[in-house]
Amino acid sequence: MQPLGHRRINDFAFKLANVNGTGSASANGLLMQAIFRMGIPVSGKNLFPSNIQGLPTWYEIRVNKDGHTARALDYDLMVAMNGQTYARDIREVRSGGYVLYDSSWPLDPALARPDVQFLGVPLARMCNENFRDSRERILMKNIAYAGALVAFLNIDMAIVEQLLDERFASKKALRESNLRALLLGYEYAKQQFECPLPFHLERMDANADKILIDGNTAAALGCVYAGATVAAWYPITPATSVMDSFKEFCDRYRKDPKSGKNNYIILQAEDEIAAIAMVIGAMWNGARAFTSTAGPGISLMNELLGLAYYAEIPAVVIDVQRVGPSTGMPTRTQQADILECAYASHGDTKHIVLFPANPGECFEFAPVAFDLAERFQTPVMMLSDLDIGMNDWVVPRLRWKEDYRPDRGRVLRAEELEEITSFRRYMPENGSAIAARTLAGVHPKGAYFTRGSGHNKFGGYTEIPDEYQEVVDRLLLKHRSAAQYVPHPVIEHRPNAGFGIITTGGCDLAVREAIDLLAKEGASASYMRIRGFPFADEVPAFIEKYEYCYVVEQSRDAQLRTLIANETSAPREKLRSIISYGGFPLSASHVLKGIATHKEAPIAVYR
Amino acid sequence: MPSIAKPVAAHPSLRRNQLGLTIRDYEGAMSTLCAGCGHDSITAAIVRALWEMSTPPHMLVKMSGIGCSSKTTAYFVKGAHGFNSAHGRMAPIATGANAANRGLIYVGISGDGDSLSIGLGHLCHAVRRNLKMAYIIENNGVYGLTKGQFSASADVGSKTKRGEDNRMLPIDPITLGLSLGATFLARSFSGDKEQLVPILKAALTHRGFALVDIISPCVTFNDHSGSTKSYLYTRKHAVATTEADFVPPASEILAEIGQNQSTAVTMHDGSVVRFRSVPPNYDPTDRVAVISCLSDHQERGEIATGLLYLDESVPEIHEMSQTSDRPLVDIPFEELCPGSSALEQLQDEYR
Repeated sequence: MQPLGHRRINDFAFKLANVNGTGSASANGLLMQAIFRMGIPVSGKNLFPSNIQGLPTWYEIRVNKDGHTARALDYDLMVAMNGQTYARDIREVRSGGYVLYDSSWPLDPALARPDVQFLGVPLARMCNENFRDSRERILMKNIAYAGALVAFLNIDMAIVEQLLDERFASKKALRESNLRALLLGYEYAKQQFECPLPFHLERMDANADKILIDGNTAAALGCVYAGATVAAWYPITPATSVMDSFKEFCDRYRKDPKSGKNNYIILQAEDEIAAIAMVIGAMWNGARAFTSTAGPGISLMNELLGLAYYAEIPAVVIDVQRVGPSTGMPTRTQQADILECAYASHGDTKHIVLFPANPGECFEFAPVAFDLAERFQTPVMMLSDLDIGMNDWVVPRLRWKEDYRPDRGRVLRAEELEEITSFRRYMPENGSAIAARTLAGVHPKGAYFTRGSGHNKFGGYTEIPDEYQEVVDRLLLKHRSAAQYVPHPVIEHRPNAGFGIITTGGCDLAVREAIDLLAKEGASASYMRIRGFPFADEVPAFIEKYEYCYVVEQSRDAQLRTLIANETSAPREKLRSIISYGGFPLSASHVLKGIATHKEAPIAVYR
Repeated sequence: MPSIAKPVAAHPSLRRNQLGLTIRDYEGAMSTLCAGCGHDSITAAIVRALWEMSTPPHMLVKMSGIGCSSKTTAYFVKGAHGFNSAHGRMAPIATGANAANRGLIYVGISGDGDSLSIGLGHLCHAVRRNLKMAYIIENNGVYGLTKGQFSASADVGSKTKRGEDNRMLPIDPITLGLSLGATFLARSFSGDKEQLVPILKAALTHRGFALVDIISPCVTFNDHSGSTKSYLYTRKHAVATTEADFVPPASEILAEIGQNQSTAVTMHDGSVVRFRSVPPNYDPTDRVAVISCLSDHQERGEIATGLLYLDESVPEIHEMSQTSDRPLVDIPFEELCPGSSALEQLQDEYR
């Protein structure tokens, strides 16, 4: 058989269409990891349903030698393993592409496409012949298609075998059956088709100093390194694995070597209200504490976030954003909690918000979140999302500065308290907007009464307008003063740039790729990625420099654009919106289409 | 509502406790509750109990939610850290505080609105966690700060001041606690300081979560003839089911308790709760017997009071979680952070 298309090395995308709960994740992860170990820039996106078993699920793998690994929408190859979605999956393959399907049964001729080549591998038949147990037959079908892909895509078989050795180090029988299934697919493909396909893989050396990790694991690790000892949470997709990972790391690193007891505590709360209450109680008492949640949890936490803001108690919240409103789509990604987090709670409130773009920053920002929370005695929310949190990303190895010490903020020690006549809780210190706090049990002079009710700068109850305003005005100054301490935006000015593109979080890679593609067409655009709120001065300064800027983000209401317009001097009309909010990670083509549409005729928002 | 400081001067003849403090040192700001409020009597009993126990004021943490009851944390032990938080959320805030620092003494003050309506879920889970704290419900059957609505503890047939009937069954924190597996349950009356003080001491000493439900009449909105939480009604119907003494840990008194082993419970810290009188066949450590006795009382229209149930054998949350004996806040960062070489090693698994 003659393959279609031109030879293309390390630059293509393929998609695997599976049925949820059949064990495909293991096979897909194996492929992704093998490509990573071949030293090739790669990304894997799990597009999964909110379901345990039976519904369609997809996994997309993109390899790109130049490092553009945002989601691609053109698939060179579809591995069609789900009869329910055959029609739609086959439609998605690019012209000249391939479909790998299970040829144990004939394919409906109506699905045929003349511009696509079909690679039939009798996966079910081979597995039925070779495996006895019915569950095993289903599971091994996945490994068998992985084997065929090893042949079609020129994946290094030695690496795959090595991975099987590592995975099943203590389960020899499983290793053998997996290898057997792998070879079934591999040998069949080799014998029946010309392998590899014209687009395929060749070893590179791009990943020597990189790791493969998801954002939730990295965030949890960051919390361990930051010295968090109290974690409170309520299970919620897609944040659950933050706490699962935190527990695993604590089991490993937080057992007291002498007593064997835990230098941490994890509290599974009765709801998110209790979870944030526990965090507030623990940080009020001097521990580093955090909770992980998603949008619905933030909604429930609103009241107490206001308490922590007003009573000036540190708290750290990791929000792994999913699609809202309401239950929304729990297994799909979005950036639509920005305004909710920035202004959480009734009354005048403003919070510190951090926006990591990848698992590396999830790790890096975790200690920053605690430092800011304690320095400014206020809640800090770190907004990850499902794409960052639950997908494996290739990121540079995480680094830890050995000399890092927590910034505990102004907490009066026993010796300091001994010196003073009396402690006044909300009295700012020498020109700063921050008032020193005390912890229970440290010194008799440190005692004070924390209240969410109206209070004056001495910490006493008040209903007097001036006394009330004096405190909340200071809170506003305090919030503003945090701008220079939050992670600064990443800014890349390009020579002769005609406009800027502003984005945040996980849109990073797609926007960067779009800027590169624009450059190839001769259009130069500058880049700014927001990493923290309150906004540093660089944010309006960047916007100032250009006639207009695109704001690329993943919410229907363009929440980042709204926040920038609301909180900086930048005029709203200079900010042209490009949004994508259907629940899948952003791709560069979406950005380019948005720019093209705006250029044709200026519109408010490109969807 | 502003708090009013009390003059600090104390009469030289006042007795001093083991820390050399007088009872005045355990007072707080002047109460701003209505004159005659049951809550103020409870405050006085708390002051007495803590003074007699020689609790170092700055080692005490006072937690509360929102409501008349929750305000009272300002009215005792001004030298303690207090946290008047949000309506119904005191239990999980106290949980977090205790999680961070198990070395302090926690007392929570709540009301029937705070604990049995908006915060009922949290109360149940604090019970399940057996969080080590004394949790006091100042129970008056009515919302005071919003002027007289029924609370979830209002009895069927009780009337508001305006004459409306309550038709819904009350939530009784004691029977609720028994069903949830609570380890310390007591009920008392704000007007019975003799009974209350030893109960509070035992509650503060208990290994885990000590729930103390105290009928505390609201003189403004619920002390009328149609009320079942009035002074008159409570005095008429309260029956001291058990009478108990609290004996702090001191070996010389232990012999005295030997007389009636079956009704003496040794607390986790070595102090002893000695039941002076209990009804025949009543065992305050037998959940089923207590449930049956309480329902007998209820059928007779009586309010059973006393330390009703006590189990010192159940581990509290830190024991269940195998948390370090050292309070987590006292563990230096160097012991918490695995360091850069561990990170390097770990990352070999992410290849």
